[in-house]
Amino acid sequence: MTEIAQAEAPSPVRESNFRREARRAARGMIDARWPVFALAFLTLAAIAAAFGPLLAPFDPNRQNLALRLADPMAAGPDGTVFWLGSDALGRDVFSRLLYGARVSLLVGIAAIAVGGTLGIVAGLLSGYFGGWVDDLIMRLGDIQLAFPFILLAIMFLVVLGSGVWNLILVLGVGQWVTYARIVRADTLSLREKEFVEAARALGDSTPSIIFRTILPNILAPLTVIASFNVASVILSEAALSFLGLGVPPSVPTWGSMLAESRDTLIANKWWLAVFPGVAIVLTVLSFNILGDWLRDFLDPRLRERT
Amino acid sequence: MGSYILRRLLQSVIVVIGVTLVSFLALQASGDPTYLFVSERASAEEIEATRQALGFDRPLHVQYLSFVRDLTRGDFGQSLSYRQPAMDIVLEALPATIELTLFSMIIALLFAIPLGILAAIHRGTAWDGSITTLSMLGQSIPNFWMGIMMILFFGLYLRWFPISGHVPFLAPLLDGDFGTAVTNLPRTLFHLILPGIAVGTYSLARNTRLIRSSLLEVLEQDYVRTARSKGLAEFRVLVHHALRNAWLPVVTIVGLEFGFLLGGVVVVETVFSYPGIGRLLFAAINQRDIPLVQAGVILLAGVFILLNLVVDLVYVRLDPRVKLAGGRG
Repeated sequence: MTEIAQAEAPSPVRESNFRREARRAARGMIDARWPVFALAFLTLAAIAAAFGPLLAPFDPNRQNLALRLADPMAAGPDGTVFWLGSDALGRDVFSRLLYGARVSLLVGIAAIAVGGTLGIVAGLLSGYFGGWVDDLIMRLGDIQLAFPFILLAIMFLVVLGSGVWNLILVLGVGQWVTYARIVRADTLSLREKEFVEAARALGDSTPSIIFRTILPNILAPLTVIASFNVASVILSEAALSFLGLGVPPSVPTWGSMLAESRDTLIANKWWLAVFPGVAIVLTVLSFNILGDWLRDFLDPRLRERT
Repeated sequence: MGSYILRRLLQSVIVVIGVTLVSFLALQASGDPTYLFVSERASAEEIEATRQALGFDRPLHVQYLSFVRDLTRGDFGQSLSYRQPAMDIVLEALPATIELTLFSMIIALLFAIPLGILAAIHRGTAWDGSITTLSMLGQSIPNFWMGIMMILFFGLYLRWFPISGHVPFLAPLLDGDFGTAVTNLPRTLFHLILPGIAVGTYSLARNTRLIRSSLLEVLEQDYVRTARSKGLAEFRVLVHHALRNAWLPVVTIVGLEFGFLLGGVVVVETVFSYPGIGRLLFAAINQRDIPLVQAGVILLAGVFILLNLVVDLVYVRLDPRVKLAGGRG
């Protein structure tokens, strides 16, 4: 992802007609084809996450020991069907997948909200004030990047204990440096621009200049980073859940489903291992495709290169 | 150049201090770390005794200083589950982890370089399209799931490769037992193939994209056009003019790569029951063996920091501009 971070140039927000831009976006998306599929899949995943309890044919935690390890499409209790089979405790895999979308999407997006906010504020302060503030913030970032992130996450989660909020906090804090660096660079270049000078001359307060004059002009490229970042956070969440550091065992997640699937791998219960993985790959791939498309859309010059 | 190296060394020292501070604070984040070291049924007296024995009743800065002093002596405390010094256990598992990390790094670079070059010189064709699409897919697959799928297909269905275990190569080599190391090597590699691919896929995909875009950028430069217009063969242009300069970003990522791969190794080792630090960490996490987790994390971070330092120093040799600017890229 670093290549994107470096290639990103600040593109000033044009005072353009919103509807015209939206039309251009829609047309570009349809031409590129893949982003349409990506968006469609993510919409489905979001619906699954939001309305999981209404859509799921079973309670995801309801055990049915008589119908353990049922094949996909096998008959369930009372004329129902286990579309994607059942697990070692007789729980419906499809229902658990639907519930799993919740944790993945919630953690992915919330962690980016936390990390993005932290990073944007840090980057604005760093770029606008410079001096020791800048030094302090950037060196802090250097230290964090010198530390393999997953190790940091493991250490804090072991001590803090598992749970959605701890997961969001740890994964969010893991992301701030990327945003801070980009925002800092953009702020540095905007700080001397005439419109910022004008705001200063008009007597605007410093917070108002930072948040109302500079901030809106640096947001666009951040959406690209955010899209790629959601993808990598979802991967990290899956890995941490797989290690047993995610959410409590009563909450189904794709990562923990994969962890459980290992016990029945030798017995060739492939569906337990295949479906949650496919769900992760499709979700992550969709965010990556959208990020790629968004980058092209916001800065067509980059299409040539990357 | 001397001042650059000095500054870079100083930076590494600061990072190491940062790492120890973070590992120390992580313990305190739970409120009272004493509870991490006693069983749930411990009486108030036992808790108080443990607190005093481990020194958690002292002021924080005193605790930190003694923590660092112990670290410099290689003392990471006793593992709670093994009843042995935590560092000894971790060090014993380190060679296996290094083998896996290096192997996956070789996979990630060995295939990424030709694929990236192929995509760049055939830019816009079906070659380019399929390589770019596959790279994006490769960057979307969780490494541990890749491992599980390979176990299912190559291990259990086709029965081509072993699905678990490890044959040591580095460990006998370090003991000076050269003969055993060499005899073991083929089997070592055989056991590394599936986990190595699982760990390396993400990096392979990312490096392919990086090499492609780096090369595309260089191919647009004036000196490449000059070389072409001199009538040099395309192969010569590519090797002598373009690749030489496309290397630099690749060297930078190799260092960062190692840390990233280490992160992947931690998870994938668990999948393949591979006896390295990752599986050790996984067991330690489940048993809440804090000293062991700390020792593993700090050791891996230390390896990572050291490698980054080495990579940066190599970079200075490769790119003369760094010497002049006195800073990184």
